[in-house]
Amino acid sequence: MTEEAKVQMAEANRRRYEELRAAGQELTPKGLPEATALDGAPIAPDAVVLREQVPAGWYATFRLHRGESLRIVDDTGCCSVSLIAWREEDTSERINCADTVKVQWSAALSKGRVILSDMGRVMLSLVEDTGGVHDLLVGGSTPASTIAAFGTVKRNTHENFLAAASKVGLDVRDIPPCVTFFAPVSLDDAGRFVWNASRKQPGDFVDLRAEMNLVVVASNCAHPLDPARPMATGPVTVIKHRAQLAAADDLCRTASPEAARAFAFTDRLFA
Amino acid sequence: MTDPEMGDVVYIHDIPAERPWSRVLKRGQTLRIIDSEGQQAVDALLYSAADTAERYSAQDTLRVQGAAYVELGTQLISNRGRVMARITADTCGRHDTSAGCCSCESNAVRFGEATKYQHACRENFILELSRHGLTKRDIVSNLNFFMNVPIDPAGNFTVVDGISAPGNHVDVTAEMDVLFVISNCPQVNNPCNGFNPTPIRVEIRDAPEP
Repeated sequence: MTEEAKVQMAEANRRRYEELRAAGQELTPKGLPEATALDGAPIAPDAVVLREQVPAGWYATFRLHRGESLRIVDDTGCCSVSLIAWREEDTSERINCADTVKVQWSAALSKGRVILSDMGRVMLSLVEDTGGVHDLLVGGSTPASTIAAFGTVKRNTHENFLAAASKVGLDVRDIPPCVTFFAPVSLDDAGRFVWNASRKQPGDFVDLRAEMNLVVVASNCAHPLDPARPMATGPVTVIKHRAQLAAADDLCRTASPEAARAFAFTDRLFA
Repeated sequence: MTDPEMGDVVYIHDIPAERPWSRVLKRGQTLRIIDSEGQQAVDALLYSAADTAERYSAQDTLRVQGAAYVELGTQLISNRGRVMARITADTCGRHDTSAGCCSCESNAVRFGEATKYQHACRENFILELSRHGLTKRDIVSNLNFFMNVPIDPAGNFTVVDGISAPGNHVDVTAEMDVLFVISNCPQVNNPCNGFNPTPIRVEIRDAPEP
């Protein structure tokens, strides 16, 4: 390639990048739906597959088939739930927080957004969400974070993930960075993390629709930035239920060109 | 190349544009990564040489630091909560650890399917890790030296033009024996490499004489 051709290609790539950025940060957010009402989106009784209450400090593992949803409810408004997921048929494919943030041009998850795997596919769609305050950057609690906070090791998300991974034949090498729901973390102008406690309320919930067959682990441990620890504990309710497959006009599928491509690539697994 | 405060340079290598590299750093040794021509993102992963199940963890690093960017003084924390290394010099100012590495698969989602068959950092990481018995499942969220990814209070997340000038460097001093793995980023679809991937240099210095 000549120098001139290289420069031209670089300029074309920069133009495309700027167009994608403008769409991703200006157009897409305007098209995202309003948050779900706390009393909204009832689940039909005959759609419920199972219901589980996960006590404070504990974890639960769920197998979700494509088209099934997991509703996670912060009953008391003081919990955070860290989550990882593997593709059931090939567990080397797993939740990827970095790609989730990068591809959607945003570290903020809310209704209409998706959680991506490392293979450019959608694992989970955020089809209902009352709060829109979740963390993809800081991760869950660990032995070290509980020692730092309490002077002693308490139940924590890292050890929960280790136990859950082991029970499906996986190990510490398989634990990816996690997403934490009901964790209102943002950044100040200096890049320091800020906890926005006022944005949590009792009954907050998310509905996560599986777009492929998944093994999902949910850990109910206080987020390491939550200043309300150790009181930030309570049970969470998890409801596995049957949902609709993402239609052509699905709000998550149509949220952005990037989402549309990620859904199309996911659909190919089932073509 | 002797600096009494820095220790002797025991290794110098130029990593060509778009290529991977790896080497074990002994505890106390310092790896200097030099952005030879400027605006070149350098993706990096660290593993404990004694037990590669212990590896760099971006989330642990950010939690311990309480802030989102890697800079002078940042401790690089493992998934077991231990300090693997520290940033001991930095003439650039800010580095990323939230954006992960580029892959053929994520490029296709971000930039369209036509970019799927372009070389990417994950291809580099997979090849380099295979030399050490590691696989794709061992690739976690990495460091991106010389990559500028501001995150605003609303959560907007943008890879913007690299701020590193030719010759800028960052020093990483090992606190344990670590396998240090680099992908000299081949991305041409965003500004992290100024749309033009270039070579970088790595130098390793022994710990200074006591």
